[in-house]
Amino acid sequence: MKRRLVSQSELQARLKKSLLAGAVFVAFALGTFFAIRFGPQSQQLPTALRKVQKLNERVGERILGAGERAGPCKAPPEKGTPPRVNGLIGLDDDVDPETYRMIVESGSKRLELKIDDIQKLPRTEAATDFKCVEGWTEVFQYAGVRFTDFMKIEGVGLHDDGTPYPYVGMETPDKKYFVSLDTKSMMSPDTVIAWEMNGDELAFENGYPFRLIIPSKYGIKNLKRIGRIFFSDTRPPDYWNKRGYDWFSGL
Amino acid sequence: MASENVEIVEKYSRWVRYCHWLNVPFLFIMIWSGLLIYWANDAYVKLPDAVYQALFLDHRLAEGMGWHFAIMWLFAFNGVVYVSYLLVSGEWREIVPMRRSFRDALDVVRHDLGLVPALPPQPGKLNGAQRFAYTGALALGALVVTTGVAIYKPVQAQWLTEALGGYPAARFEHFVCMVLLLGFIFIHLVQVFRAGWANLRGMIAGFDEASNLQPQPKESSQTHVTREGRSS
Repeated sequence: MKRRLVSQSELQARLKKSLLAGAVFVAFALGTFFAIRFGPQSQQLPTALRKVQKLNERVGERILGAGERAGPCKAPPEKGTPPRVNGLIGLDDDVDPETYRMIVESGSKRLELKIDDIQKLPRTEAATDFKCVEGWTEVFQYAGVRFTDFMKIEGVGLHDDGTPYPYVGMETPDKKYFVSLDTKSMMSPDTVIAWEMNGDELAFENGYPFRLIIPSKYGIKNLKRIGRIFFSDTRPPDYWNKRGYDWFSGL
Repeated sequence: MASENVEIVEKYSRWVRYCHWLNVPFLFIMIWSGLLIYWANDAYVKLPDAVYQALFLDHRLAEGMGWHFAIMWLFAFNGVVYVSYLLVSGEWREIVPMRRSFRDALDVVRHDLGLVPALPPQPGKLNGAQRFAYTGALALGALVVTTGVAIYKPVQAQWLTEALGGYPAARFEHFVCMVLLLGFIFIHLVQVFRAGWANLRGMIAGFDEASNLQPQPKESSQTHVTREGRSS
């Protein structure tokens, strides 16, 4: 270690300079924090943090290939295990299986699908480690139709020139819960419109008659009781995104 | 005016000081926002609602995630800069424990607990206990980032999540890292307080008086003799 003789006054000047730099740093750090925290907000979150969410989304998509990978497959739970119920928004009204219709809108196409119309589509089954934004996880078995197969009905989801709409919107029949998703994640082979969980028909509080299961996203995106599906060139509103959460919510 | 001259050593370089002080707000925000997230599923330590409310940690999950997944970049980047600097400059030699550091560290702890009067002689800028503590904190930083990635992208980085024992295990490990880091910070602050101004000044302005570096010659020679006696 090099030792050096320095005059007291030089040391004092050096210390003063460092303390001043420190004071500027503390002021800058606090100022930045409070400017972000109490500055402009967008959908109940500081706009600056929203910008980083967009950056994270791009990193997730471009580097990690978000939405393309499969959700981890696990040994499914025993048949009949009731899946955890965490939220009941949009599930207030009764569903009459006779009169239920799933509305699908894509450009000028408008379909009204009965339960049978959907359940006769190619069936697929999988298990996934479902993850809630709150931090818990539970393995679910689910069965239904892959969204890519669902899109084959009259070619919904595609523009007239065959290119896909970039966004998919969904809402409950009472319109109280709604999500929007990127079509890329929706076209993952793990993304399913499900009518069965853990070997049983969907329970009322799990979204009877049809719900979305998209293992590459947090549970908040897995809308229960689909009333309407629509395809869009602009990003449709999203219930939890409006309440401060990340829109992409990719895992 | 020779009497006004002081013999000094450069203790902490500019890069080490910048990284250290930048890490303070970054780590603070990571722990704070992490607790906002933890509240939503407090699976390991259940605090009473009143505690969460008193600390303003309740019902702020979205805000917690917003901050956590923004500052994570700065926290990780700062760590990478710090480690790169240590490697390139060779200063890692001042921080990584040496062969003798384990015994030194025990001696330092015994001394700090008031059990023995003398500190062991100290080769280099840091004593054995500091070497273990600062290298350990760095390892915790690496681990907290790794476990963090595993629970942030458990689908895209599922190989990592699985390697850490699955999602719930990785979340618990992430939490344990945070608790250990809090423990490190607590002891670090106590020690800084005990060591006094000259020591703290080293991290602010970079220099220390040469006389502060080693234990007093009398003490160090005594310990040295004892050590020689023990090892032979």
